[in-house]
Amino acid sequence: MSSETGEELESQARKAQEATPGGISEPGGPWHKRGRDRVRQFTAPIRGGMQRSRTWYEGLPTWAKAIVVVTVITVAALAPFIMNATLGVAAGYWEAIAVKIGIAALLALGLNVVVGFAGLLDLGYVAFFAIGAYTYAIASGAARFGIDTFANPTKHFPIPEWHMYMWLFFFLALAVAVGSGILLGAPTLRLRGDYLAIVTLGFGEIVRITANNLDSFTNGAKGINEIPAPAIGLPGVHYQFQGSFQSNPYYWLLLGVIVMWIFLLRRVNAGRVGRAWAAIREDEVAAAAMGVPTVRMKLGAFAMGAAVASFGGVIYAMWVGFISPDSFTLFGSEFSSVIILAMVVLGGMGGFAGPIVGAALVVFLPERFRSLGDSRYLVFGLVLVLVMILRPQGLIPSKRRARELTGGELHEQTLYEVREEASA
Amino acid sequence: MATTERVATGPRSPFNGRSLAWVCGLAAVAILLTLGIRDGTCPSSGSIWLSYFIYGLRSGAIYAMVALGYTMVYGVLQLLNFAHSEVFMIGTFAAVYTLKGLFGVQPNHPPTGLTLVFVLLVTMIFAAAASGTTAVVMERLAYRPLRRRGASRLAYLITAIGVSLVLSNLLLLLDGGPHLGLPWNWPAVGGPGAVNYPPTISQAKWFSIGGVPISPVTVLVMAVAVVMLIVLDQFVRRTRTGQGIRAVAEDPETASLMGVNVDRTVVSTFLVGGLMAGVAAALFGITFGAAQYSIGFYPGLKAFTAAVLGGIGNVRGAMLGGLLLGLIEQFGIACTAAQWQNVIAFVVLVAVLMFRPTGILGEQVGG
Repeated sequence: MSSETGEELESQARKAQEATPGGISEPGGPWHKRGRDRVRQFTAPIRGGMQRSRTWYEGLPTWAKAIVVVTVITVAALAPFIMNATLGVAAGYWEAIAVKIGIAALLALGLNVVVGFAGLLDLGYVAFFAIGAYTYAIASGAARFGIDTFANPTKHFPIPEWHMYMWLFFFLALAVAVGSGILLGAPTLRLRGDYLAIVTLGFGEIVRITANNLDSFTNGAKGINEIPAPAIGLPGVHYQFQGSFQSNPYYWLLLGVIVMWIFLLRRVNAGRVGRAWAAIREDEVAAAAMGVPTVRMKLGAFAMGAAVASFGGVIYAMWVGFISPDSFTLFGSEFSSVIILAMVVLGGMGGFAGPIVGAALVVFLPERFRSLGDSRYLVFGLVLVLVMILRPQGLIPSKRRARELTGGELHEQTLYEVREEASA
Repeated sequence: MATTERVATGPRSPFNGRSLAWVCGLAAVAILLTLGIRDGTCPSSGSIWLSYFIYGLRSGAIYAMVALGYTMVYGVLQLLNFAHSEVFMIGTFAAVYTLKGLFGVQPNHPPTGLTLVFVLLVTMIFAAAASGTTAVVMERLAYRPLRRRGASRLAYLITAIGVSLVLSNLLLLLDGGPHLGLPWNWPAVGGPGAVNYPPTISQAKWFSIGGVPISPVTVLVMAVAVVMLIVLDQFVRRTRTGQGIRAVAEDPETASLMGVNVDRTVVSTFLVGGLMAGVAAALFGITFGAAQYSIGFYPGLKAFTAAVLGGIGNVRGAMLGGLLLGLIEQFGIACTAAQWQNVIAFVVLVAVLMFRPTGILGEQVGG
């Protein structure tokens, strides 16, 4: 509903009131309707501004759009400095938060491919993040080192020194994650969407429990320590990354990876595959009837989401230097499946700005307001429910997805409608 | 839900694809078991198998009762109510506080005789009431607004997850400390640790079957489960409300034209599912002795697996699926290790979805 102005909304609300028989005794109808109207009135200027800036941007010539994009990226690249200057508490604190926001944004972008583009609910998304991180940690030799050291505390083992070749592990992690995504998706994606939710949830738990139990590969619940950081070794440029002691290089690395993925995903979503995803999400039966290879397309979305998450996992492992099964839970860990979902839903499914803004808010707000503390999961749950009731399209929705989610002309297989009049 | 009609194409051969698949599946299981027993991975003694069988039935009975809530809500709304596991969790808390607060059961003085029967009965009723209320309130506040709008399935699923997060974290935060920046302390009900049950019914040996000791608690769980399952089955089949539930599951629009109050039917579906989950939660808590904010997760997931295994939307399927899942899980533990217990259920789930996505009895309500 982002295309409406405040006046239109008000007249709509009036019309709705007139149409409701019980409208006089109960102005505005049930609580969620009243709440929605209140929120709409309150946010009308903000949404008007968003709408204006969107039309302004869309009206620009290509070269001007490029300038806007470069400006946005530059500002994003300077974000750690800006946050430090305005909010600084301790050296390195907000730099670390910036990296967390970056990882969260990458994960949200990836989950958005699955949930936002293809309309599949993946509740085990953190599994692919975990697979990326574990692949890096195992391939780099840190896991072996940890297991040997633990078994023989007196003996000295060499710490793995691969730094230059670390970049290749991105591709390894990508291959493993995509492979496991296809392995999981192939049998389950031919089923109805809601089964997928529970199977992926199970998959997320299987990955975590397996990492916990396979002591000889993953060092079990003790986790993998001293994961080596990468280095750049081009002629003339030598730079050794320093783990979480120096976060900014990771932030810029993430920024580059995010820009690359946005570029790739935009291309994919604008083309034949993207149209197929939209068709599947809006009406799978009709899409299949029109000759869209639904299973293959859904598998593609799943694999692509897995690929994005594996990159996030690799960077996370490089940066934080220590991973354990507890870092990858359904909820409870920093980047858990449900939290990533909350980012995508809050920000708005189906676009690119939405998930990133959602990720930034979900990571930033609890850090800024520490008093939330342990209650933040409660708050996220409330946010999920309220967003679905009051603004199902999220903060920054894509136009098409917004129409679907608010139950307008286009919708996925809707449940039956219970009319207001019938029940009153 | 539309039932597929089989077109008769001549006499059916006993060796059609489906029975062949069943035979192959059973043969594979038998071969694996034999191999397992041969090389000592699986236990070879009959009484050990029997004890796993009985434990399997016991946990299966609880899964079956929880699975009914999933399957009935799915039948009526085509909604996977993820928050059902939290409805179960609320039940475990209600039961422990009934025992501790209402009856003041002391750690050293478990009630006996008729008092024990009365205490257990009231505990189960209170747990059922708490769970049922939770389920109904949840429907009213979270799902009904979506239903009115004709929201997409994704919106329902996300709401269900949100409700689940809210409920479990609410119990986590009720630890007696201040939260959300509020000036007063929250009541100490849950918190991060487990709230232990006082001893009630004995876990010790009562009598034995084939060398396997049976405790009173096992008998209690089985007996209550059997009674509840029969009552529910008859409720869905015979009563007017049950008829309404089946009608709405079949075709909501036609049902509403025929005078079924859809809203009320949906509420009663949630209520019945919640009541069953509450009784199951009381039994679960009495058996395993703890209530915790996160306790609903695995029973909930397994109950869902059981519902899918039996054919989601199918009431008898959920019962069968629950018992089967309990057995499979225990036999799996017998051949692997207890730490893989939770993986076994997921593997079963994926396998069922791969080979027979409509479950053993197929999808339909009341059949």
